[in-house]
Amino acid sequence: MKTFNVNIVTPDGLVLDTNTELVSAKAQSGELGIMAGHVPTVAPLQIGAVRLITGGKQTELIAVSGGFLEVRPDQVTILAQAAEKAESIDLARAEEAQRRAEQRLQDKKDDVDFKRAELALKRAINRVNVSRGNL
Amino acid sequence: MASLRDIQTRITSTKKTSQITKAMQMVSASKLNRAEMNAKSFVPYMNKIQEVVTSIALGSKDVKHPMLVSRPVKKTGYLVITSDRGLAGAYNSSILRSVYKRIQEQHTSQDEYVVIAIGRVGRDFFRIRGIEAIESITGLPDQPSFADVKEIVRKTVDLFSEGMYDELYMYYSHFVNAIQQDVTVKKVLPLTELESSGASLSSYEFEPSAEEILEVLLPQYAESLIYGALLDGKASEHAARMTAMQNATDNAKELIRNLTLQYNRARQAAITQEITEIVGGAAALE
Repeated sequence: MKTFNVNIVTPDGLVLDTNTELVSAKAQSGELGIMAGHVPTVAPLQIGAVRLITGGKQTELIAVSGGFLEVRPDQVTILAQAAEKAESIDLARAEEAQRRAEQRLQDKKDDVDFKRAELALKRAINRVNVSRGNL
Repeated sequence: MASLRDIQTRITSTKKTSQITKAMQMVSASKLNRAEMNAKSFVPYMNKIQEVVTSIALGSKDVKHPMLVSRPVKKTGYLVITSDRGLAGAYNSSILRSVYKRIQEQHTSQDEYVVIAIGRVGRDFFRIRGIEAIESITGLPDQPSFADVKEIVRKTVDLFSEGMYDELYMYYSHFVNAIQQDVTVKKVLPLTELESSGASLSSYEFEPSAEEILEVLLPQYAESLIYGALLDGKASEHAARMTAMQNATDNAKELIRNLTLQYNRARQAAITQEITEIVGGAAALE
């Protein structure tokens, strides 16, 4: 199958630059699968995992929080505020962050920014899931 | 004339000072290296996001978003990026002088503007003059990651959306090279100064719609503009401190040279005087 170039870029630098046959990502409007020759598209992403699949096998798994995906005929770019490859996620730290976020949501204090805490929890859960590889 | 001992003490203490400034210069040089690398690794992200924002904003003229529209200016926001520590030559003072001048020229009362300060020196500067920054962050690391500044950057953009101010200017020092940094003023919001970079503007398919994409994209774009300026400012700070410390070391060396000369003269004078005394004494005995 035809392959194309995928970039994942964050403010702290390039996270991934490789070739693949299929990119699967969670856009705000739903799951999105991109193959070579796709129409130029821009779509905002949810907090979730991005999967690269080549030859029917998953080659890369990346936790992405926020941002959007840009498709060009020969290239896909994902611009995210934060992105981490599954193998470079510190699982213990991610779990710790999840616990903290849950704690904060349960406290139900008035001064807790509910929406922000919820987003933090989502990000933490996403990272834990991606790191464990269960999606 | 100072005694031999006094001069000796001054030489020793100046030497110690020069050792310190020399060390600080070397620390800044290595920090500058890393800051430059950080700024460089941010460039692809900035270019990409700029490209997409421009092509959406210019490609579809009918798209409307509050961040793209200039509204009548009742209140101006100034985002001032300075360092936490001094000893960086004119780095902080030239930025602050430029903002303060602008504020005094443009505004007659404090209701017309607000200040957001990044860095302790800037915050304290305005506090002394009776202007309390509405948001401030201090104690940023020398190599700030995006996560470190996300909070204040997001708040800055949110305050514009909420109508706290109607335009936002950013004052920072642009890193040209190790010996030149320029104070730069940039209008961040509203985003009216989007220009096409001349590259082919691709016409995109929007999923779900252009408006909803701008909703996500524009705040992210404004945030990255600010983060980019911050990285630029950090590189300038280290460069300015490096130059300042270099000058201090050079000055100390010059001082030591002069003092050594003075010391030798004084020593010579003392010897001459002693000889004259002995010769005088011997002559008196004959």
